[in-house]
Amino acid sequence: MSTATETHDRTDGPPVTGPPRPAAATPARVLRWWPAAALLALAVAPFSALPLPGLLDGPVGSPGSLQLLATCLLFGALATGYDLLLGRTGLLSFGHALYFAAGSYATNMFLLEAGLPFALAAVLGLCFGTALALVLGSVSLRVTGIGFSMVTLAFAQAGSILVSRNPGGLTGGEEGRAAPAGLLPSGLVGIDNTANLYWIALAYLVLTLGVVHWAVRSPTGRVWEGIKENERRVEVLGLKPYGFKLTAFVLAGALAAVGGLVHLLLTGGSTPQTTTSDFTLSLLVMVVLGGSGTRWGPMVGGILYTWADHRLGDLAGSGAVADLPAVLRVPLSQPLFLLGVLFVAVVHLLPGGLTRLPARLGAGRRATANTSVEGRSS
Amino acid sequence: MSTIVLLTMTGLGLGALYFLIASGLSLIFGLMDVLNFAHGALLSIGAYGTWWAASGNLPGAGPGGAGFALAVLFGTAVGTVAAVLLELAVVRPLYTRPREQVLATVGVGLAVPALLSGIWGPDALTFPGPEALSGTFGLLGAHVPVNRLVLIAAAVVVLVALRLFLGRTRHGLVVRAGVEDRAMVTALGIDVRRAFTLVFAIGGCVAALGGALGGLYFGSVDPRQGTSLLIFAFVVVVTGGMGSVTGAAVAAVVIGLVQQFANYYTAAGLGDLAVVVLLGALLLVRPRGLTGRLA
Repeated sequence: MSTATETHDRTDGPPVTGPPRPAAATPARVLRWWPAAALLALAVAPFSALPLPGLLDGPVGSPGSLQLLATCLLFGALATGYDLLLGRTGLLSFGHALYFAAGSYATNMFLLEAGLPFALAAVLGLCFGTALALVLGSVSLRVTGIGFSMVTLAFAQAGSILVSRNPGGLTGGEEGRAAPAGLLPSGLVGIDNTANLYWIALAYLVLTLGVVHWAVRSPTGRVWEGIKENERRVEVLGLKPYGFKLTAFVLAGALAAVGGLVHLLLTGGSTPQTTTSDFTLSLLVMVVLGGSGTRWGPMVGGILYTWADHRLGDLAGSGAVADLPAVLRVPLSQPLFLLGVLFVAVVHLLPGGLTRLPARLGAGRRATANTSVEGRSS
Repeated sequence: MSTIVLLTMTGLGLGALYFLIASGLSLIFGLMDVLNFAHGALLSIGAYGTWWAASGNLPGAGPGGAGFALAVLFGTAVGTVAAVLLELAVVRPLYTRPREQVLATVGVGLAVPALLSGIWGPDALTFPGPEALSGTFGLLGAHVPVNRLVLIAAAVVVLVALRLFLGRTRHGLVVRAGVEDRAMVTALGIDVRRAFTLVFAIGGCVAALGGALGGLYFGSVDPRQGTSLLIFAFVVVVTGGMGSVTGAAVAAVVIGLVQQFANYYTAAGLGDLAVVVLLGALLLVRPRGLTGRLA
């Protein structure tokens, strides 16, 4: 736990104002600007015809690649919002998919059934997702620890069942429901406008990163960190953890609802897959893969996972796998099997996730260097 | 009247199935603080093991009579071995990191159903059962399927066996003490880790038995069955109070009955929702579950 806290401070604390280590000064100053550079590169990606063989099927600016990139950004953002609970407040929620699906389905319902204009439907859908998070969060937070996880999962499962039963023909059951193209803004429909959807996904990512960063550094965020480290201690200080946890839950739920809205636009409809427990579990895999409780980790994990998920799907259906003997072919043709095994491996071998890997390697090298120095001096 | 009897028996049968999963889950959670997300996978392994043996792949085993008993025994044994392997290979190396233990079981819970669906296909397979257990019997004017009775009997036997094991044996004493205060038991020089493996083996054994009998109850096995039952088992564990086997038994009966009656008297599928609403209502009144044990 203590090493995690140290790393946490290094990545998330305010910029170090003291004299930096001389050797690292210049690269550090350059490195500080990498998010801006990355954002710029991502923003102009639709204009690029750069081919990335192996990574993407077509040039970066082609609609297919942009769709995949937008999905990656969307899930990077969603994982970042989810980590507000897991990595920042220490709440292991298994029901996050519910609020994502609520944002998507509710907006779609307001469009389809009430025929409301898109902007109004989006606002109402967002309000619905947030209200749902408030109600269900206030109930599930009555239990602590793992009990909370189970209750959130139960609620999400109830939502999933409700969606798949297709009450009153509202949700479309297993088929899901396509969004009405006629009611969406014309700039957001059709393959020609994939770039606009991509920018929306990018904006959602920037919004989520901004909100999470701001919230974590606010006084409330400090209390969240305290709750994560030791909830009892926060209570002893005279603060009621319940309200703070509920704030985190509702904020994360609202961010997920926005994500559902973006997903609705990006895929042109609401699908029941987004309500399943597998979907929440894949969010969990993303966060842990990238590094829970770090600023960039969940985003990196979400992007990598989504990309790998698509690529593994291609791999599973490819001719190379079909030619393998059954012992290898059967597991390799199941993307969920590969992801599950990958997840177990990450948990065991890579505590802290991918983003802590450089720090861990660095620490290892420094430790080796120190021993060799000590060895020489003695 | 006959409808009520039938619904009651079906609800009790379903409750028995929930209890078989929830009891192991509850024990593992109570002792180790590990929510075993792979528990549904253990159930599926038991179900597929039994299906595989009863379909004539295991010499001596078959869909009828003693052959079926052997098939169930085989499926249960496979599930037990899988649980021990799970504990030794995945859970034990993360002994000092409870949250990572939970996450690792999540990974296994994703991988195993995917593997099963890779080997035997994603669709439901017909479950071979003995003739004697596929019929019905008359009870107060209702035709109750015999397999409900088998499930209830199995659950009662497991409940009694678990209570005897926990209450009367030395290992049971260690497990109970570990559930109460793990640090104290360790301080007394008892290797709690051996108790962990034992509890995982028991949990896996009972879950796999639940899988075998669940195949009988549903008439089919499919890779997703374990996971969907697991979620209701979670509801049972929270409702019953965590770590309590008796609480799990009471809650399983309540949940099974509520689900069946709500499914029949309201729209189909609302029973599943009713169960979750019940859970929410209970948490508002008693956040610690029926037995009032600490969550």
